[in-house]
Amino acid sequence: MSTATTATPPKGGFGYRHPRARLAALLAAPMAWLVVVYLGSLAALFLTAFWTVDGFTGALVRTFTFDNFVEVFTTPAYLQTMLRTLGIAIGVTILCLVIGVPVAFFMARVARARWQPLLVALILTPLWASYLVKVYAWRAMLSPEQGVIAWFLAPFGLDSPGFGEFSIILTLTYLWLPYMILPVYAGFTRLPSSMLDASADLGAKGWRTFRSVIVPIIFPTMVAGSIFTFSLSLGDYITAQIVGGKVIMLGNVVQQNYVTNLPFAAAFATIPVVIVLLYLAAVRRTGALEKL
Amino acid sequence: MGPFEEQTGCKVNVKTFGTSDEAVKLMQGGGWDVVSASGDASLRLIYGGNVQPINMDLVPNYADIFPDLKMKSHNSVNGVAYGVPHGRGANLLVWNKEKVGDTVDSWSVMFEPDSPAAGGVGPYDSPIYIADAAVYLMATQPDLGITDPYALDQTQFDAAINLLKQQKGLVSEYWNDYLKQIDAVNAGTMTAATSWQVIVNGFDPATIGSTKAKEGATGWSDTWMVAKDTPNLNCAYKWLDWIASPEINQQATAWFGEAPSNVKACDIDPEQCATYHANEPSYWENVYYWNTPTEVCLDGRTDVKCVPYSEWSKAWSELRS
Repeated sequence: MSTATTATPPKGGFGYRHPRARLAALLAAPMAWLVVVYLGSLAALFLTAFWTVDGFTGALVRTFTFDNFVEVFTTPAYLQTMLRTLGIAIGVTILCLVIGVPVAFFMARVARARWQPLLVALILTPLWASYLVKVYAWRAMLSPEQGVIAWFLAPFGLDSPGFGEFSIILTLTYLWLPYMILPVYAGFTRLPSSMLDASADLGAKGWRTFRSVIVPIIFPTMVAGSIFTFSLSLGDYITAQIVGGKVIMLGNVVQQNYVTNLPFAAAFATIPVVIVLLYLAAVRRTGALEKL
Repeated sequence: MGPFEEQTGCKVNVKTFGTSDEAVKLMQGGGWDVVSASGDASLRLIYGGNVQPINMDLVPNYADIFPDLKMKSHNSVNGVAYGVPHGRGANLLVWNKEKVGDTVDSWSVMFEPDSPAAGGVGPYDSPIYIADAAVYLMATQPDLGITDPYALDQTQFDAAINLLKQQKGLVSEYWNDYLKQIDAVNAGTMTAATSWQVIVNGFDPATIGSTKAKEGATGWSDTWMVAKDTPNLNCAYKWLDWIASPEINQQATAWFGEAPSNVKACDIDPEQCATYHANEPSYWENVYYWNTPTEVCLDGRTDVKCVPYSEWSKAWSELRS
């Protein structure tokens, strides 16, 4: 009962008749940006890490060597900086989760529907302010004896934490909090209330519901937020310069060396790239990326 | 700039930079004809083949430059001049009078563990600061034999790094942005630091003291240099002569807050010259202008190798980590 028919070429333009060419043309510009600009520059960075500089003139010496990586991994000071940066990035992520998830929950579930757009706008407003303005504001607040925080803690006999790792974590948390709150908020709005009702019907109290029902559902959004907070903190160097006192992070070492010793800075810079790739691979394992 | 463009017909594009590293990067990248380089950049530019020697016969105003600024080791090589001196300044010691004391005259407040400024020390955040440690060692450890803080052999260099590691425990912040320093000194979190006259002019002398320390100090002497393969050579030379002229030199250096390099500038503004000690050769005798350390020792020693700037950078980076 099947009849074979020869298809007549559909009428229409070149793109319509050649879907593959249409696809290629559509993707050409973004692919050029991605491959040439983004991946190409990463490749150039990685390649430079295997070269050295002439001690006298500072010119690039293009002979392949592992010296830079050996130096990075055998100098205790640099290993310390890497671990410290990793610790700061993890600390910021955890703090953003601890503060961001309840705020997102409040915005999505507790606040009245009328207020939600306003709350979202308020969370987004700090993003309009310049990065430097915000960090310098924190520097003023954290100033020992004179800042707002010191003033606030004075009745308790305490002083502001001053400038150091803790202040870096505090400031970075403030900066990246909107990036954690928004995805989690989006996840919460998609959470069906029927789930919460069902959980209550089954006898689960608040914390149990949160742990067993809510978290698994919004887990992908928490992961999405954490990718922002983790990778942005890993590479940051300006905040450390302003509120870090004498503490420096991985990015500062790169910044200090990229003029006089570009290959060494490149070797150092490949480390956060590798860390983030490992992080993303781990995230992929949990299956969170599919569910986004 | 406007009068220059009118008089010469040369059009000027300006790019300001914050550190010597940026200056070197810009000149290596090309596209710029002249640069005002501090000593920690000038030799890098000369040896890197980024700038060319200057024929001073074509720069009439060079004749009026202070004699003690000409043909120094940071602006000339083997008797060949590579640039026209611009302004100069010394790195001063500033301190919080309330916390450290009324009169201080020594860098010891920044280096000794029992200093009243412990916990509030503010060194300059650059590898070139290693030279400041060397200057202190010249006075406190004379058997190291340091004569030029930019010509350090491995032993002298290691001693300087050890001193800096000891200092790190006393530091509250390393500064590279002078606005940050002003903020920190006024807030009292930085109680003893290296600073520049232009910054000091903004402090209240009743609360913040300043002086050139008795052991001597590092300083800077900027040089106008011409890029190696510039297509605009005539304009470049015209600029060098213009910026070295008494009126312009006085204005430019007054704006930045440093001593002028042209003798006649002091006739125009004697007060500026007094504040910045432009006309006092004795003041500059123990000021060691920023220079670029090279493997060939800058103090003329040929029996040892000195530590080059790339190693200074790495050591500083390691120290700060």
